[in-house]
Amino acid sequence: MTTAPTIERVTSGIGTSPVRPDGVLKLRGRFAYASDMHIDGMLWGATLRSPFAHAKIIRLDIGPALAMAGVHAVLTQEDVPGKLNFGQAVQDQPVLADGETQFWGEPIAIVAADDLKTAQRAVAAIDIEYEELEPLVDSELADTLDSVTCRPRIRRGDPDASGEIVVEGYYEVGQQDQAPLGNEAGVAIPDGEGGVDLHATTQWVHEDHAQIYPCLGLAPEQVRCHPVGMGGAFGAREDMSMHIHLCMLALATGRPVKMMFDRAEGFVGHVHRHPAKMWFRHEANRDGKLVKVEAKIILDGGPYRATSDVVTWNAAYFSVGPYVCDNVFVDAVAARTNNPPAGAMRGFGCVQSAFAFETQMDRLAAELQLDPLQLRRLNALEAGQPNSTTGQIIVGSLPTTRVLDELASMPLPPEATSDDPRHFPGGTGLTTTGADIKRGVGYGVTIKNLAFSEGFDDYADVRVVLNDTGVEVHTAAIEVGQGLVTVLQQIARSVLGIEQVNVVSNDTSRIGSAGSTSASRQTQMTGGGAYHAATALREEILERLGGDDLTNEGVWSEGSLVATLPEVVAAGPWEHEIRFRHPETFPPDENGQGDMHAGFAVAAHRAVVDVDQELGLVRVVQIDTVQDVGRVLNPDAAVGQIEGGTMQGVGLAVLEELVLDRGRIVNSNFTDYLLPTFLDAPHIEVRFVEEPDHWGPFGAKGIGEPPTISATPAVVGAIRDATGRALTRVPVLPQDIALG
Amino acid sequence: MEFSRPASTEEAAAIKAADPGATILAGGTDLMVEVNFGHASPDHVIGLRRVDDLADYQDTRIGAGVTWARLEECSHRALAQAARTVGSPQIRAAGTIGGNIGTASPAGDGLPWLAAAEAEIEVYSTTRGTRLVSWDQFFTGVKQNALADDEVITAAVLPENVPSVQEFAKIGQRSAMVISTVSACVMRDDEGSIRVALGAVAPTPIRVRQAEALVSGQSNPSEALLEEFARTVSAEVKPITDHRSTEAYRRHASGVLARRLLERCLAQ
Ligand SMILES: Cc1cc2nc3c(=O)[nH]c(=O)nc-3n(C[C@H](O)[C@H](O)[C@H](O)COP(=O)(O)OP(=O)(O)OC[C@H]3O[C@@H](n4cnc5c(N)ncnc54)[C@H](O)[C@@H]3O)c2cc1C
Repeated sequence: MTTAPTIERVTSGIGTSPVRPDGVLKLRGRFAYASDMHIDGMLWGATLRSPFAHAKIIRLDIGPALAMAGVHAVLTQEDVPGKLNFGQAVQDQPVLADGETQFWGEPIAIVAADDLKTAQRAVAAIDIEYEELEPLVDSELADTLDSVTCRPRIRRGDPDASGEIVVEGYYEVGQQDQAPLGNEAGVAIPDGEGGVDLHATTQWVHEDHAQIYPCLGLAPEQVRCHPVGMGGAFGAREDMSMHIHLCMLALATGRPVKMMFDRAEGFVGHVHRHPAKMWFRHEANRDGKLVKVEAKIILDGGPYRATSDVVTWNAAYFSVGPYVCDNVFVDAVAARTNNPPAGAMRGFGCVQSAFAFETQMDRLAAELQLDPLQLRRLNALEAGQPNSTTGQIIVGSLPTTRVLDELASMPLPPEATSDDPRHFPGGTGLTTTGADIKRGVGYGVTIKNLAFSEGFDDYADVRVVLNDTGVEVHTAAIEVGQGLVTVLQQIARSVLGIEQVNVVSNDTSRIGSAGSTSASRQTQMTGGGAYHAATALREEILERLGGDDLTNEGVWSEGSLVATLPEVVAAGPWEHEIRFRHPETFPPDENGQGDMHAGFAVAAHRAVVDVDQELGLVRVVQIDTVQDVGRVLNPDAAVGQIEGGTMQGVGLAVLEELVLDRGRIVNSNFTDYLLPTFLDAPHIEVRFVEEPDHWGPFGAKGIGEPPTISATPAVVGAIRDATGRALTRVPVLPQDIALG
Repeated sequence: MEFSRPASTEEAAAIKAADPGATILAGGTDLMVEVNFGHASPDHVIGLRRVDDLADYQDTRIGAGVTWARLEECSHRALAQAARTVGSPQIRAAGTIGGNIGTASPAGDGLPWLAAAEAEIEVYSTTRGTRLVSWDQFFTGVKQNALADDEVITAAVLPENVPSVQEFAKIGQRSAMVISTVSACVMRDDEGSIRVALGAVAPTPIRVRQAEALVSGQSNPSEALLEEFARTVSAEVKPITDHRSTEAYRRHASGVLARRLLERCLAQ
């Protein structure tokens, strides 16, 4: 009944890259991150953490700490007011250790004091004695001992099928950290009536809320979780860190309490990516077609469940890649160990599998003497076909072949580099000159599910309001830095035709859940909610005021203005709230088969590296990448996500790993946990393939995770191409290249 | 915490003599890391920023307070190369060579050059005045040196004849802002004598004398000799395995790096 806006279009709608509302503040250093929060009269909290990966607590006396001047509370597991455990799907992690510690850095006691130094001294004053126990740190041994939290199983096709060519390999992925630059921080404020308001780093306030109030022994409405200024997350904040502790201290002292992890504590205070040990066997025919894929995937989840089961299922679901194969047999394991707890991180299980299956594809191409991209094209999985692992018919778009063709069409960088040492392996260290360099090219391709899967009731509540300040988009979705606030503005502008849009970030008491800022889902989910709520509001307005178009000027009918925008506002209130859900998904059957996923995206990378083989030094020269994004809503933000995601994959390929010694992290700082610097960052060329998806706003897909997944195998493939080394473990270290 | 800000070396040494437990602060780029990690909690800090004479640079006497940013521009080629590899622009603007010497880390990037140049470390105390300690007497172990409690490092003093043919290189796992896994400095004097010093492969910076002897005086060594040189370097260093690298890699890379630098020196 209504037409699309025709008279005056908005200038900062979808397809543009408007200035972010938080951009200038962040550039000027004026943005308030969680760690900047301050409230007069607040106390500081600190945490006593286990110095052993596995130990029995044989004596714990908080007396000496409590007796110190300036100390207001010292709490242990005995003081947890409600449920003793927390966790996402399964609550198996103690709020504070109860008699035994299961990982290095596990919280045992918490302190609130007048200032941070006093709180830290009080922590040190707690009288505690441990009996160190043997930690279980080998995930393969954990599998053998059946110390596991789940065993996803995929059985599809004929187990006796066989191909003419067989490629078999064992692969490992080290433990990567999300390393968000903004550390964990939070403030809990007692409300004076027995309840508490929590402002702490998070990716999903409603999930935090659901886990917190039972542990506090409070009614749901007595706890409110508020969004805060976030300096990144990448999955690290999908599980809670200090949240319940802060609330306990605030309730115990009746004062606001702040906690802030320093870098070292941040590394132990949040979950990390699962390290993986994987065995893969691919069988193919001489024509290059995959016949059978078998895999065993062991992910190390650490002592508690967190999201391990879902991550491990995901590793199994995406263990073949965007390729057609009728016979797939996968056994995956989420091992329970005394290593650091693992949970969500960008790519969510696919990262580990993709390193293995893409290496296998390269080896297969080598056996068949096929161009690596050609082999992938031969097997490309497209919309309408069954996913190799689960049999789910791919709904929505999946332009795998177009993505591969686009990548093939991108120009390679020139062979000759400059003589600027910054462009050589080893950089300003002057280790390497042109004569020492070998160049290599490698590919990585992946498929990733978008939003939550497996029958989870995945929704986003959004309220769109028009009032005299303009349009307001209300949500509890967390902006972690990815640009959600900008894209929500753009969506509302494009739908409503009104330029002035504010995104209002709500706590848990003011609006329903937006779901997690993870799984590449917020642009699709909260963006989808904003799209549908704004569309409904536009229709309500046009219907009530008898118009056929809405713009910045007001309501129009057949080309003439029938109500100015202030008149429209005055005819309000205008408000529309919806609960947006993506297409229904279902849990897997006993063979891991079914319609588990709401949508998919494909990404492909080509990496060009220069390697100084004798010293094992690598410079990633250029990465070209093509991503299936459905529809680009904000080109700058999309490029930003893809460049950033790619760099996180480069980091895993050649630098980033938490080094463990009997479950203890020995490099929990930025001196030794090496993130790529600007000098390590290659030139990155990004192209999009736009084939609208079936449910995202304007056909958009999530874009955050895929680039991280396929960048890693591309870089390692390129190093292999240059050196001939097998390189079956990431990160690839200089000694792996130099010494083999 | 007490904070003293002396205006001269004399005054700094007097404060240090009166309170030998006090901690000297130059650029703070090592010290503050120690403080932040809780490894150091000084209760008396002596800040050197105002001691102008310490920041004096001469080709034969480099004041302890000279920053890496200044050294990047200096006439000693390999020292400038080493300076360029230190941290980031911010670190190079603040960090000093005196601090590098004071910390005496095996991975201190200024130290291989001092070893190859056969520098002496000049220290000063109010009671004993100026004392010169040769580099190999000064660095005594991992983060240990021969500085007495009442002394201040005043300069690195160099012989007149530091070879002008000199090359430095450093291996780190990434291209910038990284602690050395191996660093090396090679010098060749007018007589063709070769000096080879390495960092991060022993408790202190070391010279590999057998390897030096192999190639000294050889202006056009054979491939076989160069290989033997690299092998000898690898055998002479005393690296460890830690979370940054392995003993095997450090040995291997020491030989490769020394050989490359030697070839660069011979090509000049
Ligand atoms: C991010 C970062 C990157 C870094 N990268 C590198 C690198 O690439 N290579 C490298 O070698 N180092 C590096 N460092 C370490 C550091 O920057 C250097 O060692 C630097 O030279 C220290 O100098 P400073 O003036 O800051 O020393 P300070 O921290 O002020 O002092 C260091 C020590 O020396 C003592 N000291 C200083 N001056 C004197 C004096 N005149 N007399 C007596 N004692 C003295 C101090 O008491 C202290 O024990 C890095 C540090 C950081 C934080």
